[in-house]
Amino acid sequence: MGFPHKPHDKETVVLSRYFGDPEAKTYDGWVKRGGYEALTKALSMQPAAVTEEVKESGLRGRGGAGFPCGFKWTFMPKEKKGPHYLCCNADESEPGTFKDREIMRWTPHALIEGCAIAMYAIQAEVCYIYIRGEFTEPIRIVQAALDEAYAKGVLGPNAMGSGKPLDMYIHRGAGAYICGEETALMNSIEGRRGNPRIKPPFPAQSGVFGKPTTINNVETLAAVPHIINRGAAWYKGLCLGNPKSTGTKLFSVCGNVRRPGNYEVTMGFPLGELINELCGGMPNGRTLKACIPGGSSVPILTKEETERCILDYEGCVASGTMLGSGGVIVFDDRADMVYQIMRLTKFYAHESCAQCTQCREGTAWTVRILERILAGEGAPPDLDLLLDLADNMTGKTICVLSDSCAAPVVSGIKKFREEFDAYISGAKAPALART
Amino acid sequence: MKATGAYEAVFTGERRAALDRVLERYPTKRAALLPALWLVQEARGWIADEAMSEVAQLLSLTAAYVKGVVTFYTMYRQHPVGRHFIQVCTTSPCGVCGAEDVVRAVLEHTGCGDLGATSRDGRFTVIEVECLGACGFATPVLIDDDFIESVTPETVPALLRRYA
Repeated sequence: MGFPHKPHDKETVVLSRYFGDPEAKTYDGWVKRGGYEALTKALSMQPAAVTEEVKESGLRGRGGAGFPCGFKWTFMPKEKKGPHYLCCNADESEPGTFKDREIMRWTPHALIEGCAIAMYAIQAEVCYIYIRGEFTEPIRIVQAALDEAYAKGVLGPNAMGSGKPLDMYIHRGAGAYICGEETALMNSIEGRRGNPRIKPPFPAQSGVFGKPTTINNVETLAAVPHIINRGAAWYKGLCLGNPKSTGTKLFSVCGNVRRPGNYEVTMGFPLGELINELCGGMPNGRTLKACIPGGSSVPILTKEETERCILDYEGCVASGTMLGSGGVIVFDDRADMVYQIMRLTKFYAHESCAQCTQCREGTAWTVRILERILAGEGAPPDLDLLLDLADNMTGKTICVLSDSCAAPVVSGIKKFREEFDAYISGAKAPALART
Repeated sequence: MKATGAYEAVFTGERRAALDRVLERYPTKRAALLPALWLVQEARGWIADEAMSEVAQLLSLTAAYVKGVVTFYTMYRQHPVGRHFIQVCTTSPCGVCGAEDVVRAVLEHTGCGDLGATSRDGRFTVIEVECLGACGFATPVLIDDDFIESVTPETVPALLRRYA
């Protein structure tokens, strides 16, 4: 199977094995493919043993931060004094990323199973799956799978005959990138504006509704049943690079490539090979100019850096960027980097929740300066101003949205400075109308 | 804001029952706010001030609080729109694949002319949106609840014919 392309020989197909297989969406089809065996196995273990297995596997958060998943689960109180919650972050909105969408539309039961195992491990009875509002199709598919899971007794007051309740609900977002930030996500579930919260307190102490909460990304949770079924040692063995990055990862490749789509490779896979071989390189004889390997919030790589970059958490850092969510955005030689960076910053200006000054003002101001440069009205000090502004937007706010806006600006000016200079000196004709 | 005489409550009969089912999922009434607003929008196509007051009353919130939430989330519409609401993604990954040409084609073939405007026949309203999360299928377009992948300027006319 595979969607939209058959898997390449160099892919390691675990999570994406049933992408494109409509039968896998149904409960019966999922069970036929070995579904819910991991949940049965997990329920026969002690919750702490389930957490230990996941911790031992080395699985790290696939939403962007890369925090060790099992370790996160250990932060939850061991002695339960009130409700515990699991929130599944399905608010996938990072430009360049579309992997959680495919997990939900092809293998919704993989997500439900992963959530159920996580709930058992952290002793949660309720899980909210927070799906972004625009994902109309994944919402329909996950809801249909939840209805089936309730009908079959996987979920409900006596989940899997365990005598314990497991309840899972979709909470539909309504158009706010920031709700992918875990504390904003919890506020949104509570019926509030999606403003991130100051930490501490951390969610494991005081999360949604003020109760101990764990938030995990869709891809992270979908990997859990495989770890329980096949063991931590197997998962840990899936590693081509640094041993701190284990397992497979879905990379969403988009932009100027011949075969865009999701590709599942073992951690440590070379970025250049992913783009040039698996995705077939650039269409129409074009050449690579730049690449953003981890979703729009991470620093931009040049062609040379792209060809040397190793796709794991440490490898990306060594290349001066981050693995992030695994959203690989490819730009060919036609790309106007000044325009592209302006367009990215416009995204962040639009999505700022506006509670921190540096972000509210900084993102919009950055866009105005870049638009001025693109209109041929820039002056040489504008680049220093952009960098100074970026400095004030980094590490100074409640969440990292403003840092994310600064990342492409700083890396863009550093690596493609001549393109900025060409607009400022008048050597290049304005790309935007004068303001 | 008080409900006027012309205002017809959203939450009666089946819709009230749907809201009651939503309330069972959460430990607080406030948490039902986003789902309640979705129910309003599904019923009316947009969320009027009177509807915000109705929701506020049902969930023991103030109308101002509800408005604060409505205005935070871009998918809640505070004005009526055409029979079909079209959202075209133009964020960078789609942008480099020609999303702006798709927007131009959609504006032309719907007769909307401008973003945010409704066509004279009341059939369409078109807006640009930030990242729809389907970057590998550029350009994705959301028409009402239909998510359509890989739209090009050439496929726009046939696509629009499906929406009367």
